[in-house]
Amino acid sequence: MTGRFTILGAGVVGLAVATELAARGATADVFDPKTEPGGHQCSWWAGGMLAPFCEGETAEPVVVRLGREAADWWQAAGVPVIRRGSLVVTPDRDARELDRFARRTTGHRWLDAEALAETEPALAGRFSRALHFPDEAHLTPREALRALHGRLSVRRAPPNGGRMTGPTLDCRGLAARDALPDLRGVRGEMAVLRCPAFTLTRPVRLLHPRCPLYVVPHGGGVFMLGATQIESDHRGPATLRSVMELLGAAYALDPALAEAEVQELGADARPAFPDNLPRIRQRGQTTYVNGLFRHGFLLAPALARRAADLVLDGRKSEVVE
Amino acid sequence: MPVFYGTEVASRLMLGTAQYPSPAVLESAFRRSGAGVATVSLRRESAGDGGGGDNGDGGNAFWTLIRSLGVHVLPNTAGCHSAREAITTARMAREVFETDWIKLEVIGHADTLQPDPFGLLEAAKHLAGDGFRVFPYTTEDGVLAGRLLDAGCEVLMPWGAPIGTGRGLNNLYGLRTLRAQFPDVPMVIDAGLGLPSHAAQAMELGFDAVLLNTAVARAGDPAAMAEGFARATEAGRLGLDADPMPPRDMAAPSTPVLGLPVL
Repeated sequence: MTGRFTILGAGVVGLAVATELAARGATADVFDPKTEPGGHQCSWWAGGMLAPFCEGETAEPVVVRLGREAADWWQAAGVPVIRRGSLVVTPDRDARELDRFARRTTGHRWLDAEALAETEPALAGRFSRALHFPDEAHLTPREALRALHGRLSVRRAPPNGGRMTGPTLDCRGLAARDALPDLRGVRGEMAVLRCPAFTLTRPVRLLHPRCPLYVVPHGGGVFMLGATQIESDHRGPATLRSVMELLGAAYALDPALAEAEVQELGADARPAFPDNLPRIRQRGQTTYVNGLFRHGFLLAPALARRAADLVLDGRKSEVVE
Repeated sequence: MPVFYGTEVASRLMLGTAQYPSPAVLESAFRRSGAGVATVSLRRESAGDGGGGDNGDGGNAFWTLIRSLGVHVLPNTAGCHSAREAITTARMAREVFETDWIKLEVIGHADTLQPDPFGLLEAAKHLAGDGFRVFPYTTEDGVLAGRLLDAGCEVLMPWGAPIGTGRGLNNLYGLRTLRAQFPDVPMVIDAGLGLPSHAAQAMELGFDAVLLNTAVARAGDPAAMAEGFARATEAGRLGLDADPMPPRDMAAPSTPVLGLPVL
């Protein structure tokens, strides 16, 4: 079955859902408060790691399973995906954190100092060992948003979110809290650095008891540093403490980053349900796709597929309530 | 069960609310362990858009969840490095969480997170005078403990080991001495516990309760670990109340000797 659908929200979820529906022959009209991707969406501030295995450290197995679909989907959607895996390191003082991480995840191999130097020369001599997740990938979120956006029709949402008629997919993230009271915000803060002298070819996570950090290379010497995770729906600017922790941890990763330019500091609140798992919820003509938490780019492809299966073919899956 | 400032709590286990994989996991850790008190940090977990944020309704969902646990809430001043900062945070916490209980933490050293005894005493005096029911996070130092009691504190929270280290009871002699010095003051071992056996040991030493967070929240299965701590707490307390035997130097056979034939 095909048809015409209204998509509310042009963040990563709305765009992925619209792209998936269009690919299956349906018509998707996307509405958003703004007609261009930008800082009003929490997707704008994402890191773009497609790292299902690493997320398995704290996330439920379903996140790992669904997340494995992401890299292929994004690539098929014409978004450049860099498939060089990801690295996890820890200062030698906290070496046991790395063992714990290895115990709780799959899909990795150990690198000693020499293998690490060969794999990621920028980190040579900094760490005595590392975990490499070879099947993980990353992308540049803003590039991905623009790519999907450019192929869809995104119109300004009618005032007061005016009543839509016909089948609707509500992908408004935290803004959908008016209809999904169990949704909450989890604040994240990030920084964008430019440091052409520092060359990373894949995302690196630094485990640290107080200030865990990841660095994602976005090309052109630009890096995204992320991200705090605070139980708060506050969307205001990053705090000094959070920025200090992020930048301090980056410096611990490599003192070469001391010379980086701080290009941006960003903050927003991610939409999450109490178990931090995504859901597709149907109410009348409206299908809600929400709660992707810190896994927007990782889970949007799988959720878009499951949502399309549901609204086009009536097929249910584990993420459908 | 322990009584803090005239209020009896339901369990000798108290849990922090940070670092869990999700609020749902946090909730199951509380439900499975029956923990009676939840500590919450104002700085990190409650500042929200309240009722009037960008998203219209909602308030702070995390705070709503904590309230739904039905346990006593103990706000803390985690991460404060001066008396003044701790006092300000305590006042904000009183408004947000609607309780005059405050776990007073004044950090003296950024790396070890060791309490600052001078700042702690200053803040405790001030807050007790301002009507707060202060739960000071302190060391096992008996002199400091005495001063905190003089300042108006009616509960003490000596550390087991530095916050988040999971090393257990670092100074058994010091803790035993502190317990003996103030036998009637409710005392909670706070911070540094890593394993259920550490909690059992604290109970066996006669402490009234234990408070922990990282050991549960960062376990592979937080709810199971919380239950483990709850049972260990119970086991340790049963042992204490049962008047344990003293250690002896001489081995003594414990098998009854009955009707052995004399050959």
